[in-house]
Amino acid sequence: MTMLRMASRTDCSDKEAAIIRISAILLAFLFAAFFIALLGHNPLSVYSSMIEGAFGTVYRIKETIIKAIPLIITSLGISLAFKLKFWNIGAEGQIMMGAIGATFCALTLKDVPPYILLPLMGAGSIICGGIWGAIPAFFRAKFKTNETIFTLMMNYISLKFLTYLQYGPWKDPEALGFPKIQGFAQNAILPTLFGIHIGWIISLILIVIMYSFINHTKIGYEINVVGESENTARYAGINVKAIIIYTIFLSGGLCGLAGMIEVSGVDKTLSVEITHGVGYTAIITSWLSSLRAPVIAIVCILFAALVQSGTFIQMAFQIPQSAAQILQGMILFFVLGSEFFIRYKLSYIRKKKVEEL
Amino acid sequence: MDISFFTAAIVAGTPLVYAILGELITEKSGQLNLGVEGMMLIGAVIGFKVAIVTSNPYLSLLGAIFAGGIGALIYGILTISLRANQIVTGLALTIFGAGFASFTGQGLIGEAVPQNIKLFFENFQIPFLGDIPVIGPIFFNQGILVYMGYLSTIIAGLYLYRTQIGLNLRAVGENTAAADAAGVKVSFYKYIHVLIGGLLCGLSGAYLSLVYIPSWQDNITAGRGWIAVALVIFCKWNPFLVLCGAFLFGGLDIIGFRIQKYEFNISQYLIDLLPYVVTIIILILISARKSQLGAAPANLGATYFREEK
Repeated sequence: MTMLRMASRTDCSDKEAAIIRISAILLAFLFAAFFIALLGHNPLSVYSSMIEGAFGTVYRIKETIIKAIPLIITSLGISLAFKLKFWNIGAEGQIMMGAIGATFCALTLKDVPPYILLPLMGAGSIICGGIWGAIPAFFRAKFKTNETIFTLMMNYISLKFLTYLQYGPWKDPEALGFPKIQGFAQNAILPTLFGIHIGWIISLILIVIMYSFINHTKIGYEINVVGESENTARYAGINVKAIIIYTIFLSGGLCGLAGMIEVSGVDKTLSVEITHGVGYTAIITSWLSSLRAPVIAIVCILFAALVQSGTFIQMAFQIPQSAAQILQGMILFFVLGSEFFIRYKLSYIRKKKVEEL
Repeated sequence: MDISFFTAAIVAGTPLVYAILGELITEKSGQLNLGVEGMMLIGAVIGFKVAIVTSNPYLSLLGAIFAGGIGALIYGILTISLRANQIVTGLALTIFGAGFASFTGQGLIGEAVPQNIKLFFENFQIPFLGDIPVIGPIFFNQGILVYMGYLSTIIAGLYLYRTQIGLNLRAVGENTAAADAAGVKVSFYKYIHVLIGGLLCGLSGAYLSLVYIPSWQDNITAGRGWIAVALVIFCKWNPFLVLCGAFLFGGLDIIGFRIQKYEFNISQYLIDLLPYVVTIIILILISARKSQLGAAPANLGATYFREEK
């Protein structure tokens, strides 16, 4: 008789961990293939047309990148909060508030040249998203208020507020009673480079900044320490409360900026559908990237491909688009499960040895 | 404000009763399952689907309960056996549940709950109790699931505080290592109570799709699962306080709709904010009064690992 023995390990190399995570993702696809087959489709042809749907033509590659941009920026924001073990699941609301801030600038400053208006919209979105994040952070720092529920409630509040704006004060009077917000004028629209709005450059710059901020600055180091242990940080003389509030302001601000890029670069107006669920998907992508900025870029492009191909297989196979969301959930389940094998070592021991113990 | 408002508040609060109770029992075992919203959505869609296909109320409820349990089982395997981060796993369950419900519910939009199921859940008066003025019509002229909600809280309270198993369970949540040393099968207790939590969340979802709404719409829970997680704190992890919290929020849930006829000059969308704002205020007030936080199981959210030699 053998017995399973479990011990924690610290010797798992980055390469080994990456292999375990990638195998988990492949397993998730394999598992999903089983369900696709149950639905009466050939999993191989579904998967191959998903790849085709996301990368098959230049147009589709552009669409995938456009979907990856807000995901990357939001994931950067969320990973900053998760580093602090501050469970910010309010990205959805922070994106909306950022979009509202940017739209406010766009609707009130109609005669301002774009090189002034666009930075203003960016600043407005960062401030609005940042404040939306800083409110729960303040109470978490002061009273240890549960930030998970707090940030989530803030999502619903911003959604209702945005609905109020769209159906009330910001309703376009020229839309013949149809509840929509006026489209942006040319000066409030992000310019494009190589056929894609410049959000892609912004996100690349942000990845570099975030990487050096976390790894090469004093504040970045302090964030890491607070995340590991608040008591250690306090003992080392770090102002924990300030770190929490400032970091979550930044986290929310980045999510807000993603909202500005969506209204200004993609939708060219504001509506209640502005987030397209990015705030929730970004939670998955941040975790899958182990909160590392360069990895976030890769994971987000893959997830954007998943979303983009979801629209494609809906047309090709009549599989509802939400199938992509189920797949995302499954991938996260498998990766979460696989982390066990990164942190613990399993080995068999013979019965004789068991008795000796 | 007339009596019908309070009657309706009870109905609106009943899905919360089951969800709060489910999360409360789960948390007593030290597991923090943030997948309540996901399990409710899975239960709601499966319950509704079974109702459309079979027109059988028992099968629909069983289906919903079973579906919620499956969700909890996934969470249990990941967090108890594989020791994954409880918060992220709960979030994953919510994301998965939302996708699953929207996927399964695609063909259900526009379908109506069969007549015999509606009849099954119809209100009936409880003899004697129902005759009491004011209290009777509010509390004792309701549907079967509302009465089961009252009963569940009492059963849960007796189970947790008056049985040996309940005592063991609380020990697991308060001090896992000590409970383990005393011979309590920690993983078994955690699994069972995470599962019970899932079953109740599934039932809560079924109440929404079969009785409260009663039709299918995307995102049918509208954050009620999250409000339930917050209300566990509000109820200080005490099952006997669950009804107060749930019915208070049931009232907040419907007040926006009710207030319309008084022609206040406030937008409906802003009044709809109320339950979420009040949840936040309650969270802040509770955390500001530190004494109440002590009611939480001491090892809540902690991963337990007994290092073997």
